[in-house]
Amino acid sequence: MLQGHQTWVFDSKPIITGSAAIGGPFEAQGALAKDFDLLHDDLWLGQESYEKAEKKLLEQACETAIKKAGLKKEDIQFFLSGDLINQIVPSSFTARTLAVPYLGIYGACSSCAEGLSLASLIVDAGFANHALTGTSSHNAAAEKQYRYPNEYGAQKPPTAQWTVTGAGAAVISSEGEGPRVAAATIGRVVDMGLSDPFNMGVAMAPAAVDTIEAHFRDLNADASQYDLIATGDLGRVGHNIAGDLLKKHGVKIPEEKLTDCGILMYKDDQPVFAGGSGCACAATATYGHLLNRLKRRELHKILIVATGALLSPMSYQQKETIPCVAHAVAIEI
Amino acid sequence: MSNKKKKKQSPTQQQYQKLAKVREPKRPIFVNCVRAFFTGGIICTIGQVIQWIYINYFKFDEITSGSPTAATLIFLSVLLTCFGVYDHLAQWGGAGTAIPVTGFANTIASAALEHKSEGFVLGVGGNMFKLAGPVIVYGVFSAFIVALVKVTIKMLGGM
Repeated sequence: MLQGHQTWVFDSKPIITGSAAIGGPFEAQGALAKDFDLLHDDLWLGQESYEKAEKKLLEQACETAIKKAGLKKEDIQFFLSGDLINQIVPSSFTARTLAVPYLGIYGACSSCAEGLSLASLIVDAGFANHALTGTSSHNAAAEKQYRYPNEYGAQKPPTAQWTVTGAGAAVISSEGEGPRVAAATIGRVVDMGLSDPFNMGVAMAPAAVDTIEAHFRDLNADASQYDLIATGDLGRVGHNIAGDLLKKHGVKIPEEKLTDCGILMYKDDQPVFAGGSGCACAATATYGHLLNRLKRRELHKILIVATGALLSPMSYQQKETIPCVAHAVAIEI
Repeated sequence: MSNKKKKKQSPTQQQYQKLAKVREPKRPIFVNCVRAFFTGGIICTIGQVIQWIYINYFKFDEITSGSPTAATLIFLSVLLTCFGVYDHLAQWGGAGTAIPVTGFANTIASAALEHKSEGFVLGVGGNMFKLAGPVIVYGVFSAFIVALVKVTIKMLGGM
């Protein structure tokens, strides 16, 4: 049901019956390592290219999520997925493996929340009993596509971020046990005129703030109803600015409640500049770490605000600014 | 950012960018310069040592030793690139690793490595000069202009 301008309230509260987080070698050394279902020590995953490795990550995430939901892939009625590679091939190739009716989505790093809200919508509306949503990113594949060759010696500024190598997937069902998706707010595209691809956190922060405000406004809610509000991949720089902006706009969120998956992902001594980023950042943190915390009842209701920078390598070479979007999903136990 | 670009932006955008500037960590330009100075200096010293070896132990003189010295440095740079070391050196050394011939070798080797998965013709062949290409294009072009200027001055009896 639509509430307010842009928020869907799911009356049936679809259930996340199974979820999985798969990570790479750098994530295995990270702060959330124990919340991953599977960690790889090889960036290539034994594949011939980084792109194929990313596909493998996504396949494994989907497989694990389906298994954890106690289902078979034949039980999945729809698969929604997106990633960062051109023409979202890892998603499409995973859909080929799964042989499930498939909708490819693209919201850059916000794909995790985009997929989760759409899958919940499909299940809530009664159009499916089980929908699968997934997303992936691969550090080297993303660097190759968006920036320079991986081994090229370019000095990165302190505002740069580290793309998470990993994949996250979740099965959304109409019946079963698990955390429930209560509502979702679809964000507007916000462009604050920034154009530095090594400074995405700052570009995305206003989009996250816009969506959080819209979510509270539409539901007539405030931060007190949530135990945790986690943005997707703003990193340290973007996170601080989002905090400033929220304060400026009069949205009160206690500092300990507002966090960012890009900050949670890695340990302080890992050289990730401002923090993690990429589709898998919000996806693995949510489908692994945060859902585990919900299941352990450490948290009862959380808001995931996955942020995406909708640029392409060509658009920034043509001196376009970076449009950004953020989608929010409320999950409760 | 140029003023022209700023004028096109809305007051909200300008206001936000001002707010963000305060929070953004700056590139440590002074530290980067010092590191670049030492990294570049060390690379050139290594080059000097290699040249000295070529002159003293092989039959080269000061002029002819240039080519084998550059080739050795290029070889070392490609080796370090392939072992995944050069990009880490570059993150620390910045311009110090980019300016010498080793940096140029790194651009070509890294692009070739990166695109091997797309095959030897369209992948390696097509992308090898992705980063080095502009350097060659504008290097040759500016050399041409400089030569034109020199010839003109000479013709006018300047030199």
